[in-house]
Amino acid sequence: MAQRAKRFTERSIKGEAKRQGLRMVLNMIDLTTLEGSDTPGKIQQLCHKARHLHDNVPDLPHVAAVCVYPNFVSLAKRELAGTDIKIASVATAFPSGQTSLELKLTEVEQAVDAGADEIDMVISRGRFLSGDFDYVFDEIAAVKQTCGTARLKVILETGELGNLDNVRHASDLAMEAGADFIKTSTGKIKPAATLPVTLVMLLAIRDYHRRTGRQVGMKPAGGISQSKLALHYLVMVQETLGPAWLDNQWFRFGASSLANDVLKQIIKQQTGYYPAADDVSRD
Amino acid sequence: MAKRKTKRTTNPEHPRLPVLKTYKMFVGGKFPRTESGRHYTPRVKGRGLGNFCLASRKDLRNAVVAARAAQASWAERSAYNRSQILYRIAEMLEGRRGQLIDELEIQGATEGQAASEVDQSIERVVYYAGWCDKYQQVFSSVNPVASPHFNFSVLEPTGVVFHVASENRPLLGLLSLVLPILAGGNTVVCLASSTRPISAITLSECLATSDVPAGVVNVLTGQLAELSAHFAGHREINAIALDRPPRSKNSIAQSIRETAADSLKRVHVYNLNWARGENQNPYLIRDFCEVKTVWHPVEQISSSGPGY
Amino acid sequence: MSLANSNIETNLTMKPTLDPNWPSSPALESRDSVRLAKSYGLFVNGEFTPSSGNRKYWTINPANEQRLSRISESTAGDVDRAVQAARNCYEKQWSRLRPAERGKYLYRIARLIQERSREFAILETLDGGKPIRESREIDIPLAAAHFFYYAGWADKLPYAFPNRKPQPLGVAAQVIPWNFPLLMAAWKIAPALACGNTVVLKPAETTSLTALLLAEIIQQADLPPGAVNILTGHGPVGQALVEHPGVDKVAFTGSTRVGKSIQRALAATDRRCTLELGGKAAHLLFADAPIDQAVEGVVNGIYFNQGHVCCAGSRLLVEESVSDEVIEKLKQRMGTLRVGEPLDKNTDIGAIHSRQQWNTIQQYLESGQADGATMYQPDCPLPKSGFWSRPTLFTGVSQSNRISQEEIFGPVLAVQTFRTVAEAIGKANNTRYGLSAGVWTTKGSRVLNLAAQLKAGVIWANSYNQFDPASPFGGYGESGFGREGGLHGLSAYLTY
Repeated sequence: MAQRAKRFTERSIKGEAKRQGLRMVLNMIDLTTLEGSDTPGKIQQLCHKARHLHDNVPDLPHVAAVCVYPNFVSLAKRELAGTDIKIASVATAFPSGQTSLELKLTEVEQAVDAGADEIDMVISRGRFLSGDFDYVFDEIAAVKQTCGTARLKVILETGELGNLDNVRHASDLAMEAGADFIKTSTGKIKPAATLPVTLVMLLAIRDYHRRTGRQVGMKPAGGISQSKLALHYLVMVQETLGPAWLDNQWFRFGASSLANDVLKQIIKQQTGYYPAADDVSRD
Repeated sequence: MAKRKTKRTTNPEHPRLPVLKTYKMFVGGKFPRTESGRHYTPRVKGRGLGNFCLASRKDLRNAVVAARAAQASWAERSAYNRSQILYRIAEMLEGRRGQLIDELEIQGATEGQAASEVDQSIERVVYYAGWCDKYQQVFSSVNPVASPHFNFSVLEPTGVVFHVASENRPLLGLLSLVLPILAGGNTVVCLASSTRPISAITLSECLATSDVPAGVVNVLTGQLAELSAHFAGHREINAIALDRPPRSKNSIAQSIRETAADSLKRVHVYNLNWARGENQNPYLIRDFCEVKTVWHPVEQISSSGPGY
Repeated sequence: MSLANSNIETNLTMKPTLDPNWPSSPALESRDSVRLAKSYGLFVNGEFTPSSGNRKYWTINPANEQRLSRISESTAGDVDRAVQAARNCYEKQWSRLRPAERGKYLYRIARLIQERSREFAILETLDGGKPIRESREIDIPLAAAHFFYYAGWADKLPYAFPNRKPQPLGVAAQVIPWNFPLLMAAWKIAPALACGNTVVLKPAETTSLTALLLAEIIQQADLPPGAVNILTGHGPVGQALVEHPGVDKVAFTGSTRVGKSIQRALAATDRRCTLELGGKAAHLLFADAPIDQAVEGVVNGIYFNQGHVCCAGSRLLVEESVSDEVIEKLKQRMGTLRVGEPLDKNTDIGAIHSRQQWNTIQQYLESGQADGATMYQPDCPLPKSGFWSRPTLFTGVSQSNRISQEEIFGPVLAVQTFRTVAEAIGKANNTRYGLSAGVWTTKGSRVLNLAAQLKAGVIWANSYNQFDPASPFGGYGESGFGREGGLHGLSAYLTY
């Protein structure tokens, strides 16, 4: 897996392909803030950034979604009214998932009621690691039911699963239980998303699709802050799942600082100069 | 016919008529005559040693079939088991020590030479019996490759070896190569000394009554010149041990090598004084082995942090 | 500002798109670091000298059939001169040098290869047609690593052979193939020099450029003149070299046919010889294997270097219960391979090495179909000029078909199914060759069993086509004899 993953990083993406790729990356970002210190002001800034990535560069696509805690969903909803930027909310006792199913479902329900388009839930890693796969499955299925029309992203927190076999198993479990997306990480645990882990999950998606015909999305999250790396992820998706997944409907990046790096690369492509860190907005 | 030394006589007044032996070959654990019905009579100082089978191409083929059939299970035995089987040969030889000495004398050795050759032969069996479960540790390796793989190299038997035994040291010479060949897990077809074939046959009788499985050692008697093209070309034979002084041009070694090239046999020519201690060593085992290297990935997760 | 703002607002619904075959834009490696001479001489006794025959031939770029440079055809006289130079250096200098000093020369060579690796990689790709990704990532670093590894052995040889006194043999004649030109030169030269021998090397006629650049490095490293001599030219030069009476040791990598003729030619001598020849390796893929990893390994096993690899995994034996899934995934993966300009960093499969080799591959593609096997090739675009072959898969192959018996030396995989472990072993070993094999299963005990049962010099378990200077490489049966790499690779260049 590591060797195959390395091959993607050896693909060289230049010129027009790079331009297209960078814009695609921007459009796939779930612009995220998930801090204890988040305030309404911070969320407003984030939403503004989502709408106005960089005003000096015309014709930029916008990000796919913003990703916030449930208590900020209604605020974000107001801020992004009139756009098609989605509101994603983490739920189910993010990031640890250590609470009762009842509380988790209530949290999901509240987030959905407040207007969340997408729910990013965490699986119960403790239950998974103790072999209680039925519990994990039932929990995901229950959350999915509670989501209603909201799309469900299932965070495996791969950094806590210990090995790639577990990642594969958890991916299969989540998809069978109804996940619309599978997602690597909360961003709170290291390692977060890596190419090999994402590759294992993409292969699981491919096999699931082959078996059932249902398309499931993928979201690597955490640790992807360089546009070059993001492009390598796109190459990996292209060569593993094909172009049907190269759309923000089916592939997302969970990231907070990636957008700025992509912007800098786009500015570099347009102007020919490397921009400084302060040439893009810090939010 | 050459007479054996009679150490004890029951009644000197009425010497009994000795029973002459029919010398047969040793193939697949049995003692067949040559299918060709041909014999020859080697002579030492004008006296005939007896009638010996003149092995034919078909005898050779049968012996190779027996050796091939026995090879896989011989190689799969535990090293400890092979070691004990070889040691058992020494036990059998010890019991026939007197006969072996007599026969070497009949074949032209002095009493001292004969005794020395037999004793050294028995010692050599013990020596290689001990190597069976040790050479692997000496010649194997774990290879520190740069990628995350566990990589090791071990020796494996080449397969079926054809051994042209020493003319001059009919017992010690034969054993000095057969033993390392066997220790390495190969099976062998030997062409005994054509001028002094008795010892090889007696040795075969020891082997037949020891624990050596049928077909692991096969002994033919006959003429090298007649058989060389056949064994050099036989595709079931993987290696050839030629115990002959090298003569560079137009020698039998040359024609054997030329023919052997068609199937890329490993051909080893030895011209060693087997009486010398340094000529018993595990490097002779290695000559009849192939190096096999195995790679396997190593999981990249450790206590110092997951690496995937 | 307000204008910009309104722009953004209207563009909020704009969706970016990718070209259907994204990312296809070429990423050509620059040729700037390479200076090609109009023609090249021979490297004899530390100097570049013209061939006494003054005959030259063109070396071409197989990716576009353009002429690169002119290479000298050596004569019998040149062979004689080179062997003399090597003998002279062996007797007067190299064998008398303190072993640690020999090692230091080799370390120098290793470092210089690393320094000029870009140049080497581009030359290798231009001259041979292999993808720049492979020459850069594999061939050149491994060549440097080989010198580095054997450098350290030079003053430690007695530890490798307990109870013996290892001595060099003398002059080594070495003939190498075109599939890994510099790497094979390193495999040959490094252990020979480390053990105290001197060398006359003949690279393949079509790929001399990196050997000649290596000669330049050897000059730069200040090796004693004659320690390494490089003679370019065609087959007869190699033949004259291995048969030269002044040679003590012959090492050959190449076809089984030529290997046999060398063994035959040396029959009258007691000259030492090691041969690294062809193969028809099988992958054994079991139902319990990690299928995706296995597919990746199988693809790497056969399409690496256009399949111009003696240990290429050209047969796939797959357990029947997973064969459909495996074949489907293989086809999917094959569809992502890019065939084309070798200098493009995104190229996975480069140019077929020569017209002759291309013809051979075509013949096998025809024979495979004529024998009733089903051929699959992905629909990838091929460049207009040069020699190209799409990655190819044959299903419905039987054991007696030529494509499952003979070495094709091209990107052609023959797939067969099996049902039991015993059947798999039987089919895998059902060949005159025995260079390598691949095993794919998660069951540890099965890996170890198969590692023991398969008659091949290298077993890659849950991996394939891995190489390392510390790891011995070489075959059983008609794949040759002797090992290159590791401690075991020293034996070929020593006597006791």
